[in-house]
Amino acid sequence: MSTHNVTVTVNGAEHSADVESRLLLVHLIRDVLRLTGTHVGCDTSNCGACTVLLDGVAVKSCTLFAVQANGKSITTVEGLAQNGTLHPMQAAFREHHGLQCGFCTPGMMLSAIAFLESNPDPTDEEIRWGISGNLCRCTGYQNIVTAAHRAAATMRART
Amino acid sequence: MIPSSFEYHAPGTVAEAVALLKTHGEDAKILSGGHSLVPLMKLRFATPAVIIDINNIPGLDYVKEEGGMLKIGALAREVTLERSPIVAQKFPLIADVVKVIADPQVRNRATVAGNLAHGDPANDHPAVMLALGAEVELTGPNGTRTLPVSELFVDVLQTALAPDEVLTEIRVPIPPAGSGGAYYKIERKVGDFATIAVGSQVTLDSGGKVTAAGIGLTNAGGTPLKATEAEAYLVGKALDDATLKEAGRLAMECSDPSSDTRAPADYKKAMVQELTIRTLKRAAERARGGKA
Repeated sequence: MSTHNVTVTVNGAEHSADVESRLLLVHLIRDVLRLTGTHVGCDTSNCGACTVLLDGVAVKSCTLFAVQANGKSITTVEGLAQNGTLHPMQAAFREHHGLQCGFCTPGMMLSAIAFLESNPDPTDEEIRWGISGNLCRCTGYQNIVTAAHRAAATMRART
Repeated sequence: MIPSSFEYHAPGTVAEAVALLKTHGEDAKILSGGHSLVPLMKLRFATPAVIIDINNIPGLDYVKEEGGMLKIGALAREVTLERSPIVAQKFPLIADVVKVIADPQVRNRATVAGNLAHGDPANDHPAVMLALGAEVELTGPNGTRTLPVSELFVDVLQTALAPDEVLTEIRVPIPPAGSGGAYYKIERKVGDFATIAVGSQVTLDSGGKVTAAGIGLTNAGGTPLKATEAEAYLVGKALDDATLKEAGRLAMECSDPSSDTRAPADYKKAMVQELTIRTLKRAAERARGGKA
């Protein structure tokens, strides 16, 4: 068994921990750092509930080891709101009822945010493509797509 | 859910990675994209004692045109191919396949080299690289060697890589003018492995006759398959319906898919023929300059 010191910046704050090499990144985030907004959904790298941004790139944190994030920066759902103000994506999900049980929602929002970085003015079809790595069992996706579409408009207006 | 324990190394150069492979031999696995390996480890279908993470090695993530070849480095991610202008312009077959590999998050990490080196007939790039006549560069303790992709796949999850070799580059010849390719994948849902998939690449002369053809099959047997008889049959012929049907039949004959939860074997075999016909048609359309 090998243990390693891992230093990661999560939502702007630096954290250090000694972890087994086999510790999954999602478990570092949830169990060691106690940021439980990132969820474990499927065990097979399918559902995307574990999605976080690693150096700004959307990844499935259940399919990386914590040691692979050493020296990198991570954004989780807890890092979206700034000074008590919801991120436009969060505000849009709330306003357009883009969630029911909420289990897929953190990963869904982070995927949508990452997608909009490369396509800030997408069609609904393109949004569906951009979130195709995130499964939702509750909503049938329509309100998620609407929310992402509205958030995109808000975010464009700000730049 | 939780992989078995392993020793973890993150070398900074290819030479270091190779040295580690030489020391640990079959106990070690290379971690690049990790999106075939880590899921297996989480289910404990793979329990390597040593993991050699090559993600920190600089200079391996290129996709470039050089010397009449498309050269893809060991750490080039699928998303890089998705965004590559060279791929979009000259390799419609690769542009097609990248879109149907997994999903955006996976494509941000998964590497093309890993997709080949893993040796899974369900991975999509092998069929494409077989159809394109690609070769791979393997780096070991004694230097590099080049292997045609047609010699890379040995058995299920087994390639011709020696235990102390790293797949460091993929080289694909730039197709001549009058070429086109297409990949069709039947899948149960977005992001799934192929129920069955076929990739075709053709070059047509000014008379519309085939001068070169490549056909690769995904998840149609224990390894990725090259439909060599169908390919040879097509040379010199025009792609009329009868020729397409026969090429499809020859491709079907060389396939040996298994029944599983995705589909029964006879359906998969029938679809090899159907997808061969459709991909050849699409490839020919593109070869003639039709819009993607």
